Amino acid sequence: MRLEKRATSSAAALVLAPIGAVVFTLLVSSVLVWWAGAAVTETYALLLKGGFGSVFALSETLTRAVPLILTGLAVTVAFKARLFNIGAEGQLYVGALAAVAVGGMHSGTGFDLPPALLFGLMLLASALAGALLLLGPALLKSRLGVDEVVTTLLLNFIVLLFVSMMLDGPMKDPLAMGWPQSVALIGDLELSKLIPQTRLHTGLLWACALAVVVWVLMRYTVLGFDIRAIGANARAAAFAGVPVTRTVVLVAMLSGALAGLAGAIEVAGRTGYVTLDMSPGYGYTGIVIAMLAGLHPLAVVAASVFVAGMLVGADSMSRAVGVPTFIADVIVAASLIAVLVATLMTQYRVRRA
Amino acid sequence: MTAPVLELTQITRRFGDLVANDAISLQLHAGEILALLGENGAGKSTLVSILFGHYVADAGQIAVFGKSLPPGDPKAALDAGIGMVHQHFTLADNLSVLDNVVMGSEPLWQPFSRRQAARQRLSEVARRFGLDVDPDALIGNLSVGERQRVEILKALYRGARILILDEPTAVLTPGESEALFAVLGQMVAQGLSIIFISHKLGEVLRVSHRIAVLRAGKLVAQADAHATTQEQLALWMVGHAVEPPRALPGKSVGDVVCALDTVSAGTGRERLDAVSLQLHAGEIVAIAGVSGNGQTALAELLSGTRAAISGTVRLLGAPLAHRPSRLVELGVARIPEDRHTVGVIGDLPVWENVVSERLRSPVFSRWFWVRRAQARAHAQQVIAQFDVRGAGALAPARALSGGNMQKLILGRALLHPDSGAAGAAITPRLIVAHQPSWGLDIGAVAYVQQQLIAARDAGAAVLLISDDLDEVMAMGDRIAVMHAGHLSAARPAVDWSREAIGLAMAGAAVAAGATA
Repeated sequence: MRLEKRATSSAAALVLAPIGAVVFTLLVSSVLVWWAGAAVTETYALLLKGGFGSVFALSETLTRAVPLILTGLAVTVAFKARLFNIGAEGQLYVGALAAVAVGGMHSGTGFDLPPALLFGLMLLASALAGALLLLGPALLKSRLGVDEVVTTLLLNFIVLLFVSMMLDGPMKDPLAMGWPQSVALIGDLELSKLIPQTRLHTGLLWACALAVVVWVLMRYTVLGFDIRAIGANARAAAFAGVPVTRTVVLVAMLSGALAGLAGAIEVAGRTGYVTLDMSPGYGYTGIVIAMLAGLHPLAVVAASVFVAGMLVGADSMSRAVGVPTFIADVIVAASLIAVLVATLMTQYRVRRA
Repeated sequence: MTAPVLELTQITRRFGDLVANDAISLQLHAGEILALLGENGAGKSTLVSILFGHYVADAGQIAVFGKSLPPGDPKAALDAGIGMVHQHFTLADNLSVLDNVVMGSEPLWQPFSRRQAARQRLSEVARRFGLDVDPDALIGNLSVGERQRVEILKALYRGARILILDEPTAVLTPGESEALFAVLGQMVAQGLSIIFISHKLGEVLRVSHRIAVLRAGKLVAQADAHATTQEQLALWMVGHAVEPPRALPGKSVGDVVCALDTVSAGTGRERLDAVSLQLHAGEIVAIAGVSGNGQTALAELLSGTRAAISGTVRLLGAPLAHRPSRLVELGVARIPEDRHTVGVIGDLPVWENVVSERLRSPVFSRWFWVRRAQARAHAQQVIAQFDVRGAGALAPARALSGGNMQKLILGRALLHPDSGAAGAAITPRLIVAHQPSWGLDIGAVAYVQQQLIAARDAGAAVLLISDDLDEVMAMGDRIAVMHAGHLSAARPAVDWSREAIGLAMAGAAVAAGATA
């Protein structure tokens, strides 16, 4: 058995591949649902209903999708240039800290700046914090050949400990009864609600706008070409005159900035302050989303909504039929594998010997 | 003649819509050298892979010494006495010759290696066929020619009666090739049979008894070597007559375009050691030499992807920038050695590959926006003018065949985007062509060479680096030879004999050449 690359993907394969991926995912998950002792179809119905079945469900799903879109974009940009940024989680947290540092410290005076300006400064600070956090690994990679997977991954743990230190130290909220959480963002900086009586905030618009910006950047600009060229073949890119080191550094700054913004928007739109559990692994889920989306910036939005819907739906399904919420993780993981294999199968064919 | 030792009957193998081998029937007799001649993609490698069990034929039979060979079983092929010497050697550098030969031929459960017996058998085989190698030498210390001898020894040690050599002379100096031919002669004199794969007409005629020509998967002709000619073989191989471009000597040699003065660069095998060279407008300077003697360092230096360690390089009077985009701006056309991994970015579309070198120029981008309309129009022009076939401007470049990929690279390097608008062609000042015809079919080779000659006649200085001696001698106005990082003086082509170049390639006459 061997794989042969197809010259062109057939139309049938392109239609059948996603269908096959869905069927595979459902089959794998069904076995686990059945094992947990619940009715399979009922469980899936509840899952869908809990994620997308009402205005409230949908608003929860979209709220959850906002940070996922941003970390998904961060990973997409970096992976396109073959800079394997596994540190979006850490970048999100330093972004959140920076947002509070600008918009919450100084006893909530906000430096007496007009709110719009302060809001801009806050976004800038969190983008910069995320960007600088990834700058080190990028420079180590391009100067010394240090593997960025290791450095960015390990930085996550360092950042989490740093956040813990800040939440118990300089940024501790004195009114939180000893609970480790930061001072709150001043009210003027909170994002307004998109739908009243829900948690859905205008951060969704920011995230979608940034997805379009990244898409335009990748497709229509010289930097976008440089990024794609380096990712596809760094030697040929260097031969053609792409400034490789400079581009890798720019990509790192961009990717880190997007993840940092995820932290700021999460604080400004949902939590209002930083806690140690504000992100249930959004940075890591961003990797899954980027891969599900095939590293396409616009598809990142759709993939984020899908993953968020599964996570939110699983919560309500679990309350109703008692299947653990981990089923959502299984579905997301199985769908990722299925989509990756299905994409591969559209590009290759299997031959015997 | 006696019964054939190897008989292929109606071998057919398809890859998708491509018929790589179409009902090929061949016979090989004892004591015979059969040359398998064909262009890249003609089906030579597929046929040999089927023979050796790497592929299974869709139809057809193979019989070795009268017995049918089970398909898809390399071990059966080995046991039947078929030995293969690949173009890229499969030797372990850190082991001795003896270890490499014995490796894999001893049973795993045998507690002690039978070194003494193995050594004796090895030296016996070596003596019998005149393959002189020190069994205790480390492979890493051997020359390419010696390594090839070890590969052949390895096959013979395992009892090969039929030896398949895949492009064996591609890595050898002319002198080493002669030594190889002598060894092959001894082998067939003692009853072995050899299949010799090549696309070089001259050596095929010289070394083989019989020649089988493949074209587009079909066996188009078989002939006795003494009863045919190079012209006839070329006609069979290509299917139509090909005029090799005649490089008349450059008429007017102009000013110095590029000057290297005692330049050193690179490390290890890929290095330049105090190289001096002057390239004038309107001449082709051809650099001969076996690959891996510093040619890559020289090409990269002049392509802007490698910096000199010492010495000076001046381009049009100014120090050479270590930046590809600047060189392209100044009119340096670059054709890299490896078109697949350096020349193009396979996953990106053809049009982006065409403009990649000049994307930063105002023609193709304004501020940071790519001017897609202009870029695609220029790509269309390159595709039309350089006859790039097989994929449109929007298809990924990897869909192109090697020859068409090379045309794309040529077009990108030679066609200035302002040429069309201004009416007059803007020719490059310097062309750095590293193995520009490597792996191309005869028609594409002729095309590439014509383009270089035309650019030369239009006033460009051309640096042609090639390990194909025929190409060097046909194209070069002046010729220099590279060996172990040293470059001989570049002397007019008429001052060089083929033998002198061959000696210099082996390192003998470089010192003499440098002082001349």
